[in-house]
Amino acid sequence: MLNKKKIDTKFNVESNLAGKEKYILRLFITGILPNSVRAVKNIKTICEQYLKGRYDLEIIDIYQQPSLAFTEDIIAVPVLIKKFPLPEERMIGDLSNIKNVLKELDLV
Amino acid sequence: MKQLEFNKSKVNNFKFPKTLTGIQGLDDITFGGLPKNRSTLLLGNTGCGKTIMAMEFLINGIVIYDEPAVFIAFEEKTDELVQNVKSLDYDLDAHLANNKIYLEHIQINPDEIKESGKYDLEGLFIRLGQAINKVNAKRVVLDSLDTLFYNFDYKMLRSEFKRLLSWLKEKQVTAIITSEIGDAFLTREGIEEYVADCVITLDNRITNQISTRRLRIIKYRGSFHGNNEYPFVIDEKGINVFPIISEASQKESITTRITSGIKDLDEMLGKKGFYDGSSILISGTAGTGKTSISASFAYSVCETGKHCLFCAFEEAPNQIIRNMRSIGLNLDKLVKSGSLTFYYSRPTLQNLELHFLAIKKIIDEVKPNVVILDPITNLMTEGPNNDIRSMLTRFVDYLKTQHITVMFTAAITVGSIERNPSDEGISSMVDTWIMVQDIEVDNERTRSLCVIKSRGMFHSNDVRKFNISDKGITLMPIITGNKGSLSDTKRKAKEHQNLSTT
Repeated sequence: MLNKKKIDTKFNVESNLAGKEKYILRLFITGILPNSVRAVKNIKTICEQYLKGRYDLEIIDIYQQPSLAFTEDIIAVPVLIKKFPLPEERMIGDLSNIKNVLKELDLV
Repeated sequence: MKQLEFNKSKVNNFKFPKTLTGIQGLDDITFGGLPKNRSTLLLGNTGCGKTIMAMEFLINGIVIYDEPAVFIAFEEKTDELVQNVKSLDYDLDAHLANNKIYLEHIQINPDEIKESGKYDLEGLFIRLGQAINKVNAKRVVLDSLDTLFYNFDYKMLRSEFKRLLSWLKEKQVTAIITSEIGDAFLTREGIEEYVADCVITLDNRITNQISTRRLRIIKYRGSFHGNNEYPFVIDEKGINVFPIISEASQKESITTRITSGIKDLDEMLGKKGFYDGSSILISGTAGTGKTSISASFAYSVCETGKHCLFCAFEEAPNQIIRNMRSIGLNLDKLVKSGSLTFYYSRPTLQNLELHFLAIKKIIDEVKPNVVILDPITNLMTEGPNNDIRSMLTRFVDYLKTQHITVMFTAAITVGSIERNPSDEGISSMVDTWIMVQDIEVDNERTRSLCVIKSRGMFHSNDVRKFNISDKGITLMPIITGNKGSLSDTKRKAKEHQNLSTT
C-alpha cells in the first residue's frame, strides 16, 4: 500500500497544484461498514497529501441522514462526489485505487 | 398406521401464507396468490406486460386489500409511469394523494459510475426502506432489475441481490422484482432464480400472425401451482389470466331441462329438450339451417324470461335479426327488451383468447342463462388445433361452472360430412350433438336432422326431415321408405299411400 502511494507521488505534476482551486468533496458512507471505514481513511489520506489546505471534505453518514440519499440520488455506497471544481463527478467504492481517484479528481 | 394419520392431518392443517394479487386467474393458478412477505421474480422480454402486471398487483393491493405499496422504477420516470398506467384505468394520482402508494424513480447514470474499490448497494436499501416506511407498505415492486445489471459489477450484484431478498423478507413485504429473460439463462445473469422463492415468466408469442401472451409459473417454493402455460390478455381493464377451471366435474349436475324452442326436437330429446347447463353442438354443412336452429333456441329462451347471449362470428347482428324475421322470429323485440344480447366480432380481429375473454366479460356483466356461439368453426381458423381445443375446453368448463347452457354451431365441409366431422375434437366435450344435413334424393335437396348423441337421456335415433318456413322450424313426421330417406315428392306419394292403406 505504501509503495503504491510513493509511485503515485512520482506521477504527480506540480503544475496541477498550482491551480490552487479549492476542492469541495462529499463522501457518503454507511456507518462503520468496512467499505465505508476504508473509504474515509483513503479520502483523508488523499486530501492531506494532494489537497492540503485547499479542500472542504464533508463525510455524510446516510444512516444518520437518509433523506440525503434521495436528494443526491445515491444507490451504491461509499460514493465520493466532487462538487467543485465543476463538472460534478462521482466515484463509487472504498477509494482504494488511489491512482484512479487522483485521475478523477484531476490531480494527476 | 398411527404415524400415517398423524402425517396426513399435519399436511391438511398447513396453509402456506400467500398474498392475493387480485389479478383474475393468477390467484387461481397459484392457489391463493404470491408467497407472502417474500419476493417473486417476474421475468419476460420487453413488451410482455411485466410492468403492468406488477402495477396491477400493487393497485389491487391498495383498492381491494387495503395494503399500501411502493413502486421503484429504474426505467420509467414516475410521471411517465402515472401517465402510462392511466390508459389502464388506474388513477395513481388519487392513491398518491392518499399516501397509499409511493413511486420512486431511481436513475442510474452510467457516466457517473466510476469504480474505485469495493462498494455495495446500501444506498438503494436505505431509499427502499424509507419508501416502505413512508406509506407503511406491504407490497413492493422493483422494475426492472436489468438497469442495475447493466451498470454494476456482477459479483457485487450477486451477493447484493441475495441480501436484497432477505432484507425484503425482514421488512415483511411481498415483492415483485421484474427482469428480462436472456436466451442462455433463465435470467440474463443466470443467478436470480436460485434465490427467489417464486419465479413467473411472461411471454408474447406470435403464431399465425396473431400474438398471444402467456404466463407460466416456473417455481414456487412451498406451494403447489399450475404447471402449464396460461394465456393472458391485457386490455383496458387490466390483466386477465385464463386458467383451466377444473371444478366443473365436482359441481353437482342439474336435472332441470330447457326447451330447444322446436317442439319436435324436444320430442326427439326425451320429450323434454336439453339439460340446463349442458353443451350442445349443432354441426352441418353450409345452408342447412344451423343459425336458424340456434336462433329458435335463443328466441324460446328469451320468451321464457331468461337471458341469452348470442355470439355471432359470421353474420352481423342486424343481418341475423333481418334473416330470422323471415322465419317468424322477431329478435329485434328481444334485443330491445334486453333479454337478448348480441356479441359480434370478426374472428380474425384478435386471437381466440381475446374472443373468449371478451365473451367472458359480457357473461359476467349480463349473466345470461344461455350462450350461443355461431359458428365456432370460424374461430378455429385462428391458431393451431391444440390451442383451440384446450381453449374451448376451458371455455366450456367455465360455462359449466356458471351453469350456463351453451350451444355451438359448427360448419363442416361437404367432404367430411360422413358422421365423423372433424369438429376439432369438440364433439367429445359436448353433451348433445345434433347433426343437420343436406341430402340429395331424386334431384331434390332435403334438410335432415338427427341427434347423434345426447348424454343422460333417451333420444330418438331417427333422421328427421325438417322444414324452415315463415312459421319457424318444423320437423316432418317420420315416414320411412324402403330405401331410407325420401324426396319431397316421393314422401308425399308415400304419405298418400300410407293414408289410403290404413
